[in-house]
Amino acid sequence: MKSDGDIVMEQHTANTRRYIGVPGEIVAEGENVRVYGQGVVKIGDKYVITVTSLVEVHNNTITVIPLEGPYMPKAGDVIIGIIEDIGLTAWILDIKSPYKGVLHVGEALSGPFNPLKNNLRRYFDIGDYVIAKILDFDKTKDPVLTVRGKGLGKITRGIIVEVSPPKVPRIIGKKGSMISMIKGETGCNIVVGMNGRILVNCSDPRMANIIVKAIKIIERESHTTGLTDRIRMFIQENKEVCLHELGG
Amino acid sequence: MSSEDKIVLIDEKGRRIDGRGPEDLRPIRMEIDVLKNADGSAYVEQGGTKVIAAVYGPREVHPRHLAFPDRAAIRCRYHMAPFSTSERKSPAPSRREIELSKVIREALESVVFTQLYPRTVIDIFIEVLQADGGTRCAGLTAASLALADAGIPIRDLIAAVAVGKIDGVLVLDINETEDEHCEADMPMAMAPSFNEIVLLQLNGVLSPEETSKAIELGKKGIMKIYELQKETLKKKYELSTRRSQVVT
Repeated sequence: MKSDGDIVMEQHTANTRRYIGVPGEIVAEGENVRVYGQGVVKIGDKYVITVTSLVEVHNNTITVIPLEGPYMPKAGDVIIGIIEDIGLTAWILDIKSPYKGVLHVGEALSGPFNPLKNNLRRYFDIGDYVIAKILDFDKTKDPVLTVRGKGLGKITRGIIVEVSPPKVPRIIGKKGSMISMIKGETGCNIVVGMNGRILVNCSDPRMANIIVKAIKIIERESHTTGLTDRIRMFIQENKEVCLHELGG
Repeated sequence: MSSEDKIVLIDEKGRRIDGRGPEDLRPIRMEIDVLKNADGSAYVEQGGTKVIAAVYGPREVHPRHLAFPDRAAIRCRYHMAPFSTSERKSPAPSRREIELSKVIREALESVVFTQLYPRTVIDIFIEVLQADGGTRCAGLTAASLALADAGIPIRDLIAAVAVGKIDGVLVLDINETEDEHCEADMPMAMAPSFNEIVLLQLNGVLSPEETSKAIELGKKGIMKIYELQKETLKKKYELSTRRSQVVT
C-alpha cells in the first residue's frame, strides 16, 4: 500500500473487504484513495463516516452505503404518500421525509378547477394513499408532486409495507433484480416507493403475506451477501407450503 | 462536619466506597433501538445511573418561527423522572434541568451536520430513570447513540464521563455519594475521533495541574466508553446477520 494513500484496515483479508462502519470512524486518509457514498465526509485529509454504513474496501476504492437515515426527496422519484391536509388548491402529503409533499390541483386534474364549485376532497381525501412522482425539490421549498403519469394516482387496493428508506435500493436490487425476481416468483404487482413505502397487490392474500415477510427479511439483512438467492428460496419454500395446504 | 463522622470515601488501600479503584469506571450497559415510536433511541446504564434517550426527526418545526432557513434546529430536553431520586422529584423542569438541556444541546450541535436538513428540527429527549451521579454524562452518551441510531449524520459519537476529586485523589466516574461529598466534580464530554472536548463543567476547586490531570484521566474513561458505543452500534447488524442464518 502506498504511504500517502493509506487505507485504515481492520482485518485485512482478500482484495475486497466489507464491514460495518459507525459515525466517527476514519475510513481512509490521504489523496490516493477514492471514496464514494452518502455516509462519508472529508474533514481535513481524513474520510469520516457520518452514518452507520456498510463499508466496502476494494483496492484503493472505498464505497460507503448508509444503513440508516431519513428519506431525502429527489426529483423524478416515485413515492407513496398519505394525504394529510387539504388546502384550497393543493393537497399536503406525508411522504415519510423531513419535508411535506405538495400536490397542486393542476398536477392532479386535467380540466379547469374552480375552488368555489368543487371540493378537493372529492378527488383525494385525508388518509388516502397516493402514488406520486416528485417534480422538483431543492431544500428551500417543499417537494412538489405530480400524479400525472402511468401508474400514478390514488391507491384503491393492496397492502402497504413500510421499510426504512435506505433499504429501498436493496429491495429493488441491482438493475431491479430483486424486485423482478419477487414479481416473477409470486405473480403479484409491487410498486416500490423510494420513500420506503411499498404497495403489494396480490389476488391471493397468502401470497401477499409471503411478500411482506420477504420484504421484512430484506430490510433486516440488507447488508448481507447472497440475499436474492435466499429470498428466492424463502418464497419458493413458502409457496410450496401454501400449495400443500390447498391439497390437504 | 467533624472529621470523625465523615464518610470514608477512599480507604487506606485506595478502594472507593463501591470497591472500585480511582481510575475504574462503573459497569456499563448500552442498547440501541429500544423504543418503537422514536426514529432513534438508546438506553445507557452506568452503575446505578439509568438513562434513556430518544431522537425524533429531522421533522417539520412547530411552531414555525423556531425553524432556521439554512439548517436544522436542535431541541433537547434533559429530564429526571419523578421516581429517579430517593426523594420524589417534581416533574416540572427545574433550573438545573434547563441548564443541562442547554449544555447537552450545545455539545450535540457541535457534531451534527445540521446544514443538511434546513427548515427542520431534530428533537432529543433524555429521560433519567434512575439517578446515581453522572446523569448528564450518561445522558449525552445515550443521546449520541440515539442520533446514530436515527441515521442523522454526525461527525463523531460523543462519549462523556465525570471526574471527581475525593480526599485529594482524582477519581473517574463518580457516583451519587461521591458527588455529594467530593471536593470537586468535573463532567466532561468529547468527540474522541477528533480529540475535541465538547462539554466541560466544574463544580468545586481544582488547581491548574489537577485540571489537566483530570482531563487526561477523563479522556481515558471516555475512550473506553467510546469503544463500547461503537460495539453497541455494530452489534445491531451482527445480530441480524446471525438471525439470517437461522431463517434460511
